Amino acid sequence: MRRKLGLGADGTASPLGLIIKIVVLGLVAAIAVWAAFPLIGTGNWLGLAVLLLVTAVIFSIYLSPRAIPAKYLIPGTLFLIVFQVLPVLFTLSTAFTNFGDAHRGSKDEAVAAVEGSSVQQVPGSTVYTLTIATDGEPGSGDIVFLLTDPATKAAFVGTADGLEPLNDATQNTDGKITEAGGYEILDIAEVSARSADIVEFSVPTDRGAIKNQGLSRAFEGTPQQAYDAGCDCVKDRTTGQTWTANDDDGLFVDGQGQALAQGWQVNVGFRNFAEVLTNPVIRASFLKILLWNLGFAFGVVLITFALGLLVALVLNKPGLRGQRLYRSLIILPYAMPAVAMMLVWRDMFNTDFGLINRLFGLDVNWFGSAPSSMFAILLVQLWLGYNYMFLVSTGALQAIPADLTEAAQVDGARPFHAFRTITFPLLLVALAPLLISSFAFNFNNFTAIYLVSEGAPFPPDNPQAGATDILITYTYRLAFGGAGAQYGFAAAISVFIFLIVATISIVSFRRTHALEEIN
Amino acid sequence: MAATDTLPATTGDETVVRLGGAQGGWFRQVGWRHLVGLLALAFSLFPILFVVSAAVNPLGTLSSSELVPTGASFENFRKLFVDTAFPTWFLNSMVIGLLAAALSMFVSACAAFAFSRYRFRGRRAGLLGILLVQMFPQFLLIVALYIMFAYVSDLWPAVGFNTRTGLLLLYLGGALGTNTWLMKGFFDTIPKDLDESAKVDGATHAQVFFGLILPLVTPILAVTGLLGFISAVNEFLIASVFLTDDDAKTAAVGLYGLVSEERNNNFGVFAAGALVLAVPTVALFQFLQRYIVGGLTAGAVKG
Repeated sequence: MRRKLGLGADGTASPLGLIIKIVVLGLVAAIAVWAAFPLIGTGNWLGLAVLLLVTAVIFSIYLSPRAIPAKYLIPGTLFLIVFQVLPVLFTLSTAFTNFGDAHRGSKDEAVAAVEGSSVQQVPGSTVYTLTIATDGEPGSGDIVFLLTDPATKAAFVGTADGLEPLNDATQNTDGKITEAGGYEILDIAEVSARSADIVEFSVPTDRGAIKNQGLSRAFEGTPQQAYDAGCDCVKDRTTGQTWTANDDDGLFVDGQGQALAQGWQVNVGFRNFAEVLTNPVIRASFLKILLWNLGFAFGVVLITFALGLLVALVLNKPGLRGQRLYRSLIILPYAMPAVAMMLVWRDMFNTDFGLINRLFGLDVNWFGSAPSSMFAILLVQLWLGYNYMFLVSTGALQAIPADLTEAAQVDGARPFHAFRTITFPLLLVALAPLLISSFAFNFNNFTAIYLVSEGAPFPPDNPQAGATDILITYTYRLAFGGAGAQYGFAAAISVFIFLIVATISIVSFRRTHALEEIN
Repeated sequence: MAATDTLPATTGDETVVRLGGAQGGWFRQVGWRHLVGLLALAFSLFPILFVVSAAVNPLGTLSSSELVPTGASFENFRKLFVDTAFPTWFLNSMVIGLLAAALSMFVSACAAFAFSRYRFRGRRAGLLGILLVQMFPQFLLIVALYIMFAYVSDLWPAVGFNTRTGLLLLYLGGALGTNTWLMKGFFDTIPKDLDESAKVDGATHAQVFFGLILPLVTPILAVTGLLGFISAVNEFLIASVFLTDDDAKTAAVGLYGLVSEERNNNFGVFAAGALVLAVPTVALFQFLQRYIVGGLTAGAVKG
């Protein structure tokens, strides 16, 4: 039989089906064209090739009569690959680098940054009148310098790519630019919000670079430090000091072992992983965090399941008056916005203004000591989670045939005995997968910690690792915290987290035989 | 005194004894169940009562908020809607929540249909792979996603940082992992003879899926849709990294911003926001309640 290819090839018989198919495939084509332009514009041919390939695969699958499962799997799989599998691979590769604040880009970019930040004014160089602006949103766009040459009143725009003449600028009597098409001029507050970016910013020129001096002057200067390819080092023009490139660490280091602030990204092999296991400070905090992390996840599953099951058992008496009302009110917390409720709980535990201290006449600094902080966190999770366990326990209890428990009672079994030997094992079989996923979820329950205690209390000697930190909040602090981003190291810890959760989950799935009957 | 002799049943003493006796039996039968139920209710409801009380508290500070409302004022709600960008945040949350719920429900229903009804190469590997990927949750990838989207924002600003579409696409990446297993378990409970006979009658696979199977799995669609809505509305970590412009924030991120700086003074406004944000979820919950227990446990029992 010849393989047919075409709109109706897979048996799309009805006109409605055909129309939907044409519209959807048309949309796919339109999105592909839209996405292609920036790729062509930036010369990203690899990206364009991937885009074309994906589009071709989509068209061939939906136009061919074969591969019916693929038609149903493609949409979810595409999202899964782009937003989950690719980032996983990216995380894995980042874990083997020193990527972070001090090691962002390539060696060339590090050299440019070193030279740019060492620019000093040389006598006689031009001093421009400066207006600081952005290309795009004031909070996030790229910084640009709008410059006026005071002698000629000529206007320029200086970007990270260089200096260009500016034609449509409006200038005041001093020559300062007050408006320029396409650029957002920053006010004082916006400038101070971006001050870190402005300090780093310089406009490269033929003779060196233009840097700002205060908020309304900019000068052209030459870098004091320059890279010399011959010795693979950075030299200071005036002092003659040299910093030699160390390609293992991605840093320029001087004779005393002092490094320049700007480094570059290099492959460090297993060093990040080894650091976790061998650096005494990190190892100690990692182990402590891991223990509490396991205790927290097990603890939450245990207490929420215990309380949820207890309440479900008690209320699961046929004909109990108000049963429906109880049920719908008890699960109300599950429907409340969890983020907001965690913040409410955090504020209820507030030492000075909190409801709990005021209600009970206490003066406890709940997040000041490890045990009370842990207690508070577990209580919040009990409140947020027990109603879900109550819900699923109720469902599972109703699914257990009544004659089983009745038969046990006829045989003279005491109610508790019957529960322990018959009901509970059946419940556990039914709910094991949910309990395991609850464990996996809580193991990485970022908001439960971050919004309630933020990891507090912190030991004075290690402000990065708090007593109630779990691995994911610790990772987040390493990656985005105030002490400088360490993406490579954070990625290595993510890999550890994954290995731990995956091992525990797979072992417990095996033990509950949940995976054996995939059919 | 004569009256008490002739009508003993109405005397105070007798009544107390009788009622007490009856109460003892009643308590042992069902009364203690009500007691436990009421305790559970109290535990469930007191933080919510506190939020309501703080929201209508005219002073609007944390330190003046009591468990039981001390006054009734809509000042906090007025401030919430006039002085903050809450209407925009709320709209963002609803748009992202509803679209994420509907689309992720749809893509995982499609995948579950393929896994439940067809036998193909890589099926078992695919199912196990989904389970494995699910254990590497998206927020663990936050660093990688951030760097990826920094690049995406340069090329395609329409789906980059501070856009609803970008965040929505990102949430869809987790759709297969969370829902497919639950749905496949439910799909498996529907007899295959049904689709076989429909196919004999000339129905295409699309007609079987959209016309026959989807209507039969409404309970699990309701559950995954509701869970998807709740988790998208409540997602905090990724949203807080991706949405930094005030107008782009979701309600969860925006409300967090309200109490992260001025905790004491903004508490009333924050509580009002939490209440407003709860309304759609609670309404959906009540509306879909009859499906929820059945849907959740059906998937669980089947694994």
